Amino acid sequence: MIVKPFEQVVAEHGPMVLRVCRAVLGPADAEDAWSETFLAALKAYPELPAGANVQAWLVTIAHRKAVDVTRAQARGPIPVEEVPDRPGRAEAWTGDLWDALARLPDKQRLAVAYHYLAGLPYREIAEITGGTADAARRAAADGVKTLRACYPLEGAHS
Amino acid sequence: MTDMFQFFGDEILLDSSVMHERLVADAERQGLLDVAYHTVDTPVGSLLLAATEQGLVKVAFDRQDHDAVLAELAASISPRILRAPTRLDPVARQLDEYFTGERHAFDVPLDLRLARGFRRAVLDHLPEIAYGHTESYAQVATAAGSPKAVRAVGTACALNPVPVVVPCHRVVRSDGSYGQYAGGEEAKRLLLTMEAA
Repeated sequence: MIVKPFEQVVAEHGPMVLRVCRAVLGPADAEDAWSETFLAALKAYPELPAGANVQAWLVTIAHRKAVDVTRAQARGPIPVEEVPDRPGRAEAWTGDLWDALARLPDKQRLAVAYHYLAGLPYREIAEITGGTADAARRAAADGVKTLRACYPLEGAHS
Repeated sequence: MTDMFQFFGDEILLDSSVMHERLVADAERQGLLDVAYHTVDTPVGSLLLAATEQGLVKVAFDRQDHDAVLAELAASISPRILRAPTRLDPVARQLDEYFTGERHAFDVPLDLRLARGFRRAVLDHLPEIAYGHTESYAQVATAAGSPKAVRAVGTACALNPVPVVVPCHRVVRSDGSYGQYAGGEEAKRLLLTMEAA
């Protein structure tokens, strides 16, 4: 059996994990989450079963890291303005679609990120976020509908 | 639909090399960097250098296929492998000095776990062959304690995990011809010619 050097895992999946971290947490926390995800993955890598879905494995780790970050922020000092109702600091996001993505409800944002940015099937997403594959599919569809309504970009329609 | 998501792929503004460096530093600090590697350009082509926490564990020539060598290291040592030049800095610097003629012997920690038994005995003897000198396979066999194991010396040299640094290129045929070399006969000729100058 051929074992891939971890460097290859970083090269192949690094950009995907960064997109997911950014979509779930926003740009301010994306780098930290990326580093923590790959450090945890490096640690566990020798025990990863042969033939495992590396992409789903990484997204699962990234999801847990994002939950950790969100919890840590919830424990931190409460901002003067208002308590954020979603992970990350959405108000710090800039950019068109990122901004629209940030405004989606958690369930939709995660489903969109894990399906469209990470390429995971809904069955895998349900295992990561809880709930059913159908619920994940609906959440992603609703999220995408909102994104497309917000951004009817030139050539953005299939 | 896919066009819209193309946007997210094009919008990665974070510096991936900085993030990679940070991952390497964190891994090193936590003792998770089992194998660090780097490639350096030399007169004998691109050399892959790999080191464990103990020391230099592998030097590979271009013709040995660096990707294949890394896959072997993943299987034989650990898949916790990252491109991490810092750990290889001392040996890279000494190789520079060697190829400019300033250095005649290497002084870096070695991890010779990939060579056992007689092969290891041969490697232990090789650094005793001084810069600019050569020994025959038969002479090395005697020095390594098995005068009849001439062919095994050939195998040990061919499979030397750290060529150039452990100078198996200084072992030649009794008739004076160069003989086999992991880096190819041309590389062996280049090294010996350089050392004889």
